[in-house]
Amino acid sequence: MTRWLPPLVLVVLALLPLGLKDPYLLNALIAGGIFTIGAISLNLLLGYTGQLSLGHIAFFGIGAYASALTALGFDVGLPGGLRIVHEGAHPFFGFLAAIVLSGACGYVVGRLSFRVRGAYFVIVTICFAEVVRLVALNWVELTQGPLALTSIPFMKLGLPGVGELTLRTKVQNYYLMLGVATLAYLAVARLVHSRFGRAMRGLKENEQLAMSVGVDATKTLTIAAAVSAAIAGAAGSLYAHYFRIIDPDVFLFAYTVTMVIMVVSGGKGTLAGPVIGGLIFGTLPVVLRPHMAPEAQWIVYGAVLILILFLMPRGIAPFLDDLFRRWTVRAKAPAAAAKPQLEGQP
Amino acid sequence: MDQFLQHLVNAMVLGGAYALLGIGLTLIFGIMNVVNFTHGALYTFGAYAMYIAAVSLGLNFFVALPVAIVAGLALGALIELVLLRPMRGADIDTTMLVMIGAGIILQSGTLWTFGGVAKSVPAPFPDAPLELGPVSISWLRLFVLLAAATLIACAYAMINGTRLGRAMRATFQDADTAALMGVNVKLIYTATFALGSSLAAAAGALLGPVYVIFPQMGDLAAVKAFAIVILGGLGSISGATIGGFILALAEEFGAGYISSGYRDAMGFLIILAVLLAKPTGLFARAERVG
Repeated sequence: MTRWLPPLVLVVLALLPLGLKDPYLLNALIAGGIFTIGAISLNLLLGYTGQLSLGHIAFFGIGAYASALTALGFDVGLPGGLRIVHEGAHPFFGFLAAIVLSGACGYVVGRLSFRVRGAYFVIVTICFAEVVRLVALNWVELTQGPLALTSIPFMKLGLPGVGELTLRTKVQNYYLMLGVATLAYLAVARLVHSRFGRAMRGLKENEQLAMSVGVDATKTLTIAAAVSAAIAGAAGSLYAHYFRIIDPDVFLFAYTVTMVIMVVSGGKGTLAGPVIGGLIFGTLPVVLRPHMAPEAQWIVYGAVLILILFLMPRGIAPFLDDLFRRWTVRAKAPAAAAKPQLEGQP
Repeated sequence: MDQFLQHLVNAMVLGGAYALLGIGLTLIFGIMNVVNFTHGALYTFGAYAMYIAAVSLGLNFFVALPVAIVAGLALGALIELVLLRPMRGADIDTTMLVMIGAGIILQSGTLWTFGGVAKSVPAPFPDAPLELGPVSISWLRLFVLLAAATLIACAYAMINGTRLGRAMRATFQDADTAALMGVNVKLIYTATFALGSSLAAAAGALLGPVYVIFPQMGDLAAVKAFAIVILGGLGSISGATIGGFILALAEEFGAGYISSGYRDAMGFLIILAVLLAKPTGLFARAERVG
């Protein structure tokens, strides 16, 4: 069941725009999908290493700004009379720059902060995000500060010699989001099922035991942080080229909370978790919009979060998994009762 | 030099309110092991309770202040009873998310009820500031400093001098052993959360009249409260007090001498530096990680 479910979900999501013509709904799906990519990246850290990054939006925002500035070009003076002038480049280079720069920031933050764990790591990441937000707000020469970076070009995809496609429509951007989300999902899936993934989970379960069998804790956590940040940066790049305007508000704490909610309600430490959480909390605003004011929507949002945690503390994916397993066990029960179970015994 | 003294005075006023925020949060974390994300919302709630009492109901400013603090106490007790008591035994991440959910509900509720427009609470003090040589301080700020100092002293006296405080400290050291000695741990948790909440509400009620009040005011306050608690070491009350003043000093002098745009960044930079140099915080007795 779990083998064919992810491809099936992907097919359903890929067919969705064919039957869906409401631009508002499509817009909400794209935005929700972009944050789901962020949630997938957060899950790598929170779910598999157990380290909660509450400044994850920093990597997303850095990716958004890196991508936008690479595409738009900039001209800034540095202390000491230096000037850096960059002409606008192809937006795809922006996408790559977002991944590289966010990944590098993730590496540095991990390198510095994995000397501390638990609640301390949480605060280091919050502080990091807040400092980056203030830099984006105050370094007006580079970021335009609160005036926002505007007219960010559309993302362009192309092959040399074949031609180039500018992604202007919502449907095109939907497929771009879906493609990147699939890649992010596959990257995380590969990583957690590798030797490296076992090292991460070992650290989460029992750090001392993992280290005693030769797992380099700091190195493993730092690499996880870098990969996670790089994926978040890719999501940020999509955000910048889809909405085409970014201001320092992309660093707001509320967005990190959105990603955390997606991961934990869906089920942290499961591959399906962030996708399920993303689908629920990405579409919930759309479902609620005709019925109530935005503030009331947020109240429902909070109440749904609390309700999920009360009823399914480990998240929806493990809950459904248990349910499915119990169901199959009951279906097979007569057969199982006939022969004594000796599996797993020496 | 004059400017230096002025910054120092300003930092003391701000530091008093920060210390209140930090003590409330560190109490809740230390005793209950709950990362309280409603703390910012309770700070906002305190400011709005002050607004309702002083402006809507027309109460005297000095009556409205205790009313706001008691309202925060009651709301804190309610949150503990409805949300945290059934969650006892759940892991720290889960309770933290429940608190995030509750914080979202509180903040959106405030926004829904009062709208996003900033409001101000009038204070019955003369407009002309008090001149003390080269330093001037408004009467309102002086009152805030004195009230914060009084509340901090009360919190200390309560924790160190009363039976309830002793039970709290016992629960902090070891909840199971405290329960065996006849401490009603459930009651202690409710009392702790209510006390921490009332201190956050007090900080909001005191700073609300100094600045303006708006539904999102708690966001930055919450992040700063976390920063203060980390700075002082998790669970350390005196650490949170000193941490509050250190943060205020860093912000005030950073804004005054380096760049006012990076005012809010100063504190965070100091915290990053402290954590990287001494990850357990400045005043923690023992490492409390995880």
